[in-house]
Amino acid sequence: MRLLISAALSTLAAGSALAAEATVSVDIPQLNVAEYHKPYVAMWVESADGSKITNLAVWYDVKHKDNEGTKWLKDMRQWWRRTGRELTMPADGLSSPTRAPGTHQLKFDAAAKPLNGLTPGSYQLVIEAAREVGGRELLRVPFEWPPKAPASAQAKGESELGTVVLKLTP
Amino acid sequence: MTKHLKLALIAASVSLLAIPAQAHRAWLLPSATVLSGTDAWVTVDAAISNDLFYFEHHPLQLDNLSIMGPDGKAVSPENTAKGRFRSTFDVKLAEPGTYKVMVVNHGAFASYKLDGQNKRWRGKADQLATGIPANATDVKISETQGRIESFVTSGKPSTDTLKPTGTGLEMVPVTHPNNLFAGEKATFRLVLDGQPASGVNVEVVPGGIRYRDKLNDTKVTTDESGTFSVTWPGPGYYWMSASVRDDKSKIKNAQRRNSYAVTVEVLPQ
Repeated sequence: MRLLISAALSTLAAGSALAAEATVSVDIPQLNVAEYHKPYVAMWVESADGSKITNLAVWYDVKHKDNEGTKWLKDMRQWWRRTGRELTMPADGLSSPTRAPGTHQLKFDAAAKPLNGLTPGSYQLVIEAAREVGGRELLRVPFEWPPKAPASAQAKGESELGTVVLKLTP
Repeated sequence: MTKHLKLALIAASVSLLAIPAQAHRAWLLPSATVLSGTDAWVTVDAAISNDLFYFEHHPLQLDNLSIMGPDGKAVSPENTAKGRFRSTFDVKLAEPGTYKVMVVNHGAFASYKLDGQNKRWRGKADQLATGIPANATDVKISETQGRIESFVTSGKPSTDTLKPTGTGLEMVPVTHPNNLFAGEKATFRLVLDGQPASGVNVEVVPGGIRYRDKLNDTKVTTDESGTFSVTWPGPGYYWMSASVRDDKSKIKNAQRRNSYAVTVEVLPQ
């Protein structure tokens, strides 16, 4: 019986490890402008010294004919310089269409790609948005990985991005 | 240090003395330097002017224009045209990587006296013999080698096009010229005939001169290895130039003047 309980506990523990995740919630603001295009958005995780980049998502105009939407990827200039220019777009599991104003939530499983590549340490979640005939904004949310307890951190944009919330579950 | 060596060093340093800045600036200005996408093009303006980067004096002659692609092969300019104040052409960036756009001029300049009058002559080096009358006196000949460049990158930057040719004054980027950001330090090397060009003054001028009172230029001097660094005060296009004189001309009894100018774009953080 004792053996059984212990086995059950370890199953629970394993279950909890698998459930570890990071949730990113991004608010794309509604803008009152004459010509509106949904923004290009890139989000990635950067090690404290900026040397290691883990891409989380890239929203761009994937539906444009002949992949012409890639022309404006470089407007997310920090993302472009760090990793964008090394990639081929569209990229499976990374790129997706641009999104309308509103709050968008993305969940990342700690045990799966891309987060399973993160070694313990200090990181920053970076989100960069660039809008055609509009502006550009970049936000950073620092965090420690892996989380020891449920944690939440956020940053607030002023123009192209609203509030970005990072929630970590151990 | 022996007396001879000392003299040789003095001679060497004198021969590398930078010549006074020219009244006009020659430049190539690409419409963009960092590009993404499947059908990347740039249009390039080419002019000689006082203010950077405004067309107000002469178009740059494009007879000696060449473009090197990331694979080292020549790329043909398209839609080449010459206007009153500027020349212009387009470049299709068919392959990802870094392209070098350059105008490389090579010529000769002479001054002489004929029948007591001062005369000047300008042309190609091989026309010197016919260009200067046999009875001319006080003949002074200068060989001129000038290189005007700019760099553009589609996709991932490459480095093959950054290699120097080994002729004249050239810049070898240590920091990639299409990876420049405001507030960051960039490092470059100047080489003369492929060898480090030390003690050369480099002038760095930000564009947009028309909208400010001061030139805001920076002067840096290359070290023994020909290296110099610039910390970009802000984003924008910058023009960097340097020139040296020496006596290594292949023309007999001639001085040689080498000049180099490059336009680079610095992006905001």
